[in-house]
Amino acid sequence: MAFERILLRNVGRPNSEKIDTYLEHGGYQALRKTLHEYTSEDLIEMLKKSGLRGRGGAGFPAGLKWSFMPKDSDVTKYVCVNTDEGEPGTFKDRLLVERDPHSVIEGAIIASYAVGAHRAFVYIRGEFFLGVKRWMKAIDDAYARGFLGKDILGSGFDLDLSVHRGAGAYICGEETAMLESLEGKRGEPRLKPPYPAQVGLWGQPTLVHNVETLACVPHIVLRGPEWFASIGTEESKGPKIFCVSGDVQRPGNYELPLGTTLREIIYEHAGGIKGGRKLKAIVPGGASTPMLTSEHLDVPMAFETLSKAGSMLGTGGITTMDEDACIVDAALRLTRFFAHESCGKCTPCRVGTQRLMGILQRIEDGHGREGDINRLLGLCHGIMGHTFCPMGDAAVNPTLSSIKHFREEYEYHIEHHRCLAPLQ
Amino acid sequence: MLAEEQKSVLHSGTPTEKQARRSMLLTALYIAQEQHGYLTKEALRRVAERLGLPLNDVYSTASFYSLYRMETAGRYAIQVCDGLSCHLAGGADTLTDYIRQELGIEVGETTPDGLFTLQTVECVASCGTSPALRINDELYENMTPDKVDRLLDQLAGR
Repeated sequence: MAFERILLRNVGRPNSEKIDTYLEHGGYQALRKTLHEYTSEDLIEMLKKSGLRGRGGAGFPAGLKWSFMPKDSDVTKYVCVNTDEGEPGTFKDRLLVERDPHSVIEGAIIASYAVGAHRAFVYIRGEFFLGVKRWMKAIDDAYARGFLGKDILGSGFDLDLSVHRGAGAYICGEETAMLESLEGKRGEPRLKPPYPAQVGLWGQPTLVHNVETLACVPHIVLRGPEWFASIGTEESKGPKIFCVSGDVQRPGNYELPLGTTLREIIYEHAGGIKGGRKLKAIVPGGASTPMLTSEHLDVPMAFETLSKAGSMLGTGGITTMDEDACIVDAALRLTRFFAHESCGKCTPCRVGTQRLMGILQRIEDGHGREGDINRLLGLCHGIMGHTFCPMGDAAVNPTLSSIKHFREEYEYHIEHHRCLAPLQ
Repeated sequence: MLAEEQKSVLHSGTPTEKQARRSMLLTALYIAQEQHGYLTKEALRRVAERLGLPLNDVYSTASFYSLYRMETAGRYAIQVCDGLSCHLAGGADTLTDYIRQELGIEVGETTPDGLFTLQTVECVASCGTSPALRINDELYENMTPDKVDRLLDQLAGR
């Protein structure tokens, strides 16, 4: 039986981005219910019970994040909607914001009410031109209908929401870098702790959530946390949008329960590998997550199972490579991305990624030297765990995981000065 | 489209006036860039003056973000996605090479008539509709050399 579309239920409708379309299909019912029936404690309890974990990459329990926000009503608090989607292989938040922005706004209002914030910001990637327009129009319409502003739906709750456009920096998707950028500074991550829930935007407690995470919230309110928790696995609850790209027949966004196997996603939903070729490698959750191989096809896409398999769920952005793909080339491209996007604050990441890229490039070009594999591994261990933010750890994953699973390809490159993969 | 975004920050009253002014910097830089297509020294100086920030601070921030240009660019900035998925879809390199040949310029260069600048950029979140490229504010998906041809002709004819 096909899985019911929950987060993507509106995106296929004509004019799905319009407030009237959203309202026609039950939009803002959850907000009405929230404001008139629930207290802040009720909502935090509900979120905890639902088991919702962050969809931006880290997978932190959302209810716990809400509960970390101070309860004092006289403290100014903020909520930030992280629309800085830029993890290679990921294209779900862009879809939600362009096609169903009100579902995210509704989630953001409920979250703000739950943590007692009266000011919220959308931080959107500077390159999402259409997304910026859609966000702004949606926010205007939400104000006009009384879902934002003063005394929302007669509840006495006030909330202002505005859009802040980034300017091209992957690192601003990291929550503390995003806060720096919102403050008008270079997007360099802050040392944690303190976490944003204690010291965030302008030093005030701040709740930062990914777009997809917030889009789950109205459904949890309307249909109950038990319903949400009935979807998925032991530690990974609810629906998830999986972005499938690379060498598959039907690339695209597929909404399925967490815990769906890679095999089902790649072969049943995305139509399998193009031209009947064999699958070789999978990056399961965006460029930051360690590569897997065709031997991992039966791994369920869930936080705990991927971690057991030596990778991560990340954003759920699945990139597939067929048998013709050169693994060194793939690792090089992914590493080049991190080298380019390193903010430069921490030396291991700033210099280490450049060195990784240089060695990978010479191996790919057929000029690899004896000992290069160990040089790469040594660099990875020098970067890992030695940076302010998780990007250092992410940056070594393509290299580490590809050497782990495809070491012979590296050796072949170095020994024969060329690719093992055909057609190269 | 650029100016409206952050104005409300100023009216929220919570951050100090200085903090609120600072948070306008990214927007102010966008506005300043619109005038000449890139950030001139004069534009940076005026932003610094208006926001009450040191010039070197404004420059440092602007240089951090890839969407701010410090040099003049063509009327149409063609930005080909260099991400892994676009590459696997047979795109990134093929498209870039094709455009290089068609326009007779290298990546990072502008055509002598000032019409086109060619660049490669990181993942544009169009992996499901790859290969993708951007020209100024528009995103073009599922691209092929044929489609690029038509697009270049259309833009050159404008």
